[in-house]
Amino acid sequence: MACVNPDGTVTESAKALLSSILDPLTPEEISQRVGQPLFKVRSSLREMTAAELVKEESGKYAITAKGKEKI
Amino acid sequence: MEDTQEAQEKQVPTIPRLGEPAPQFEAVTTHGPLRLEDFKGSWLILFSHPADFTPVCTTEFIGFAQIHDQLREMNCELLGLSIDSVYSHIAWARNVEEKLGQKITFPIIADLNKEVATKYGMVMPGESKTETSRCVFVMDDKQILRAMIYYPLSTGRNMDEILRLIQALQTTDKYGVATPANWRPGEKVIVPPPNTQEMAAERVKDSGFECKDWYFCKKDLE
Repeated sequence: MACVNPDGTVTESAKALLSSILDPLTPEEISQRVGQPLFKVRSSLREMTAAELVKEESGKYAITAKGKEKI
Repeated sequence: MEDTQEAQEKQVPTIPRLGEPAPQFEAVTTHGPLRLEDFKGSWLILFSHPADFTPVCTTEFIGFAQIHDQLREMNCELLGLSIDSVYSHIAWARNVEEKLGQKITFPIIADLNKEVATKYGMVMPGESKTETSRCVFVMDDKQILRAMIYYPLSTGRNMDEILRLIQALQTTDKYGVATPANWRPGEKVIVPPPNTQEMAAERVKDSGFECKDWYFCKKDLE
């Protein structure tokens, strides 16, 4: 896991990503907003979707209630 | 048992082919699990090195890290690989920064099961059965394999040539031209040769080109 630590906390880059998607954004928009490479954003979103910290709808990603507890 | 061993020995190793889609993979890296498809939309240099904590590889890693910003300006990412663990990669990257002052900013694949190395033909058994050779695979933003370079274990790669290669490929895509030997950005490019007699006759009359003959014309880019 690259974003979620074994104790359930998230990394600083994951917090920055989560904080950027209070409103739904595409991975490209997130990449621009947080200044992380697009490949890293895509990988992080995949991991955080599996951890239910993020949800995807029509290609846009938004933070979940569980995700908000992490930031 | 003998049949299986014989069959394994007869297996012909394959390498990817230029102009075809790059083999997809998912791998453990120093930046977490990454899929090749994560890089879609940007150019990518996938390169292998023989082993962490070895001198030639260390000079190459510093070289790659030093051109990383220039590559990113060209919408090109870097992805390293060797048959080492992710912990070894992390320790080596930290060591390079601590002892040699160079931060390693790109992800490195920990290909312990040789899955990616096998797909890309990175292991040359004549050199080493346990290490990847110094391979470079250039993929465009659609993940088509555009160039391959193979260097032996003994010889470090030339970062200028890797930069020049990306510049040349992107120039070809943008302007529909080819680039001559030793070409550098700003120099004249090659106009693709005509395919018919009529086009050849028209080509030699075209004052917009610098032609040595009908098949050999250069021009400046705008």
